[in-house]
Amino acid sequence: MGALLDRRLVFVTGKGGVGKTTVAAALGIAAARAGRRTLVCEVADQERLTAVFGLRAAGFREVEIEPCLNAFSVNPEDAISEWLRYQLHSRTLAGLLGGSRIFQYLATAAPGLAEMVTIGKVWELAQLERKTPSAAPYDLVIVDAPATGHGLALLRAPRTFGEIARVGPINRQAEIVDRFVRDSTTTAVIAVALAEEMPVSETLDLERRLRDELGASLDHVFVNAVLPNRLSGAEAKQIEAARSGTPTASARGERSTGTVAALDASLAAHRTARAQRSQLARLRRGLDAEATTLPHLLTADVGRDGLDRLATRLERAL
Amino acid sequence: MTRATRIDSVVAGKRVIVCAGSGGVGKTTTAAAIAAGLAVRGQRAIVLTIDPARRLADALGLPDLGNEEHRVDPRRLEQAGIRGDGELWAMTLDAKLTFDELIERDAPDVETRDAVLANPIYRQLSNAVAGSQEYMAMEKLYELHESGRYDVLVLDTPPTRNALDFLDAPGRLSRFIDSRSLQVFRASGRAGLGLFGRGAGAMLAVLERATGVDLLRDLADFFNAFGGMAEGFRDRARRVESLLREEGTTFLLVTSPRAAAIADAGHFHGKLASSGMPFGALIVNRVREPVAADADDARLGSELADRLGPKLARKVVHDVADRNRLAERDARNIERMRAELHGGKLLTVPELSGDVHDLDGLAALAARLFAKRRS
Repeated sequence: MGALLDRRLVFVTGKGGVGKTTVAAALGIAAARAGRRTLVCEVADQERLTAVFGLRAAGFREVEIEPCLNAFSVNPEDAISEWLRYQLHSRTLAGLLGGSRIFQYLATAAPGLAEMVTIGKVWELAQLERKTPSAAPYDLVIVDAPATGHGLALLRAPRTFGEIARVGPINRQAEIVDRFVRDSTTTAVIAVALAEEMPVSETLDLERRLRDELGASLDHVFVNAVLPNRLSGAEAKQIEAARSGTPTASARGERSTGTVAALDASLAAHRTARAQRSQLARLRRGLDAEATTLPHLLTADVGRDGLDRLATRLERAL
Repeated sequence: MTRATRIDSVVAGKRVIVCAGSGGVGKTTTAAAIAAGLAVRGQRAIVLTIDPARRLADALGLPDLGNEEHRVDPRRLEQAGIRGDGELWAMTLDAKLTFDELIERDAPDVETRDAVLANPIYRQLSNAVAGSQEYMAMEKLYELHESGRYDVLVLDTPPTRNALDFLDAPGRLSRFIDSRSLQVFRASGRAGLGLFGRGAGAMLAVLERATGVDLLRDLADFFNAFGGMAEGFRDRARRVESLLREEGTTFLLVTSPRAAAIADAGHFHGKLASSGMPFGALIVNRVREPVAADADDARLGSELADRLGPKLARKVVHDVADRNRLAERDARNIERMRAELHGGKLLTVPELSGDVHDLDGLAALAARLFAKRRS
C-alpha cells in the first residue's frame, strides 16, 4: 500500500453511490501534498470531480486545480478524434474520416470502441513520454472510474479489442494498454466501499472478477463513511435501562425535551455502527487486499474542508 | 409525517413500471418491493432485475441462471408478511442469452445463425458491452408484455452512472443494426461502395490504415450475416419504444438523498420529459429523519446527565446532533428536488435499519411505499 502513490495510474472503482469521486479527489490531494504532479481524471460526462473542487467542468483538456493537482475529463467523442489524428498523422485526414458516414457507422458499430479509446486516453495521460505535443508528464494519474461492472469493462476493453482486431495497429496498441493496466507496478486498482451488505459483497466480487477475468489484483479497499461508535456495550446497556425506566413526557404531563427520542437515537446510532463493524469484519475476512476505513464526515456537504480531512486520513494510511 | 404520499395511485392500472436511477440508490430492492406490493393487491407481478445482489437473489429464490421466470415461494412470502391473492415472480435478465435467443429465433437459416453466433464482433457485442444490456432488458420486457402472462411487469434498469444512457442505448444499438447502415459493410469489397460516391473507396483505405484489415473483414462478415435480420430488429425497437410511451407504462425515478444522486435524478426527469416518456414519481430512499430532540437544549443535557451521568450524556447529545445534521442535509436536498419536479409526485422512504436484502426487508419497504390496506 505504501507504494500506491508510486504507481503511474490508480484506478478507483466500486459500487454506485459509495463515494468514489470523493475518495479519488482526496487521494489526488494527498498525492499532490506528497509532491507528486498529479492528474485526477474522470471518464463519464458527469464532471463531478471538478464540481467537488468547486470548479467548472474541465472538459477534454488538462486544467490546473492547484499546484501539482490537475483535472481532466475523458469523453469518447473527443478521444476518438484525437486517436484518429495520431493514427493517421494528419489532422485533415482525421477530420475527413471522423466526419464520414462510414466512420460514424464503424464507431457506433464496433463494440466497446468508446471504452477502448477512453482507456487509451487514460493510458496516454499516464505516460512519461506524452503523445500530446508539449504536454508535461504526470507522476500519477488517478481515474474516477465508473461503478464496478462498467469499471471492469473499461479495464477489459484493451483485451476485448485485441481479440476483435487480431492483427494491425489497433491490436498492437490494445496490447500495450492491456499490459500497462494489468501490470501491478504501473497500475493499481482500488475499490471504494461502504460497510454495508451489498457494497461489501460487490467488493468481494470485484476482487474475484479482477483475478478471474483480467489476471489482475485489487490493491486496496477504502471503506468510506464509517460512523463513529461512541458507546461501549456496557454504555449501550445503561442507555437501554434508562430508556425503559423513563416515562414519556406526556405520561408525566411535562413538555417533552425529547429525552426518550435522544436515547433512541443514540441506540440506533450504536446499532448502525455495530452493523458496520460486522460488515467490515466480513469484508476483511473475504478480502486478499488490505482495507482502510475512512470516517463519515457527518457534515452537511463534503466540501473542500472535508476533502482535506479525508486526504490527511489517507496520508496516514499510505 | 402525516398524509404521506404513497405509490398506489401512481402504479394503479399500469402494466409496465420502469425503475430508473443511478447506482447504489436501492433500485433493485425498490422494484422488487413494488412488485411484492402489487402481488399483495391481487396482481400477478414479475420483477425483472439485472445482476441482483446475491442475498436478494437468494431471498427471491433466483438461481444463477438468467432469463428464467421464477415464482417466489408463497409460503416464504407469507412468513415475511407478504400476503395476498396475487403472485410474485422474478427473473434475472441475461443480456447475452437474450441476444442469442433473438438470433436463434430470427435467423433465416442454420448457416446464418451459426455465422452470427460465431462472429467475433457479435460475441463482443452481445457480451455485456454497454448498451446491449439496456437494449436486451427492453427486448425481454417487450417479449413478456406480449406474452400476456403477467398483469404487471416491474423493470429494474441497469445501473448507469449517467442514467441518461439507458434511454439512448436501445436507439443506438438499433441504429447500428439498422439495415441502411449495414449496406456499407455488406458490400464486402470495395466494388460495392459505389453507392457511397467516389470518396468511399479512398475513405475505406484510410479506415484500413487506422484499424487493420481484419477488423473490417469481420465487420463485413457480421453485417452480411446480420443483414436479413436487421429489418426485424428495427421493427421491434420501434414497438418497444412505443410500449414505453403507452398509457399503461410509467417511469419511477429512484434516488438516495445524496446530492449527487439527486442531481442525476433531476437530469433523468428532464430527459423523460423531453423524450415523451411518462413520469410517475420520484422515490427518495433511505432518508434520515430528524430526532424529536434538540442537541443544543440545555434541559435535554441536564435531564440526560441525571440519568446517565455527564460523560455518557454528552455522547448521547453528540449522537443526536450528528443525526439531526444528516437529516437536515437530506431534507434540503429533497426540497431542492421537489422544486425541480414542478408538482410531480415525490415519495420519501425513511432509512430502514440495515440495507434491504431479504423478504422481511422487502415487506418493510413495500409497507412504506404503499398505503395501508383496508382488510
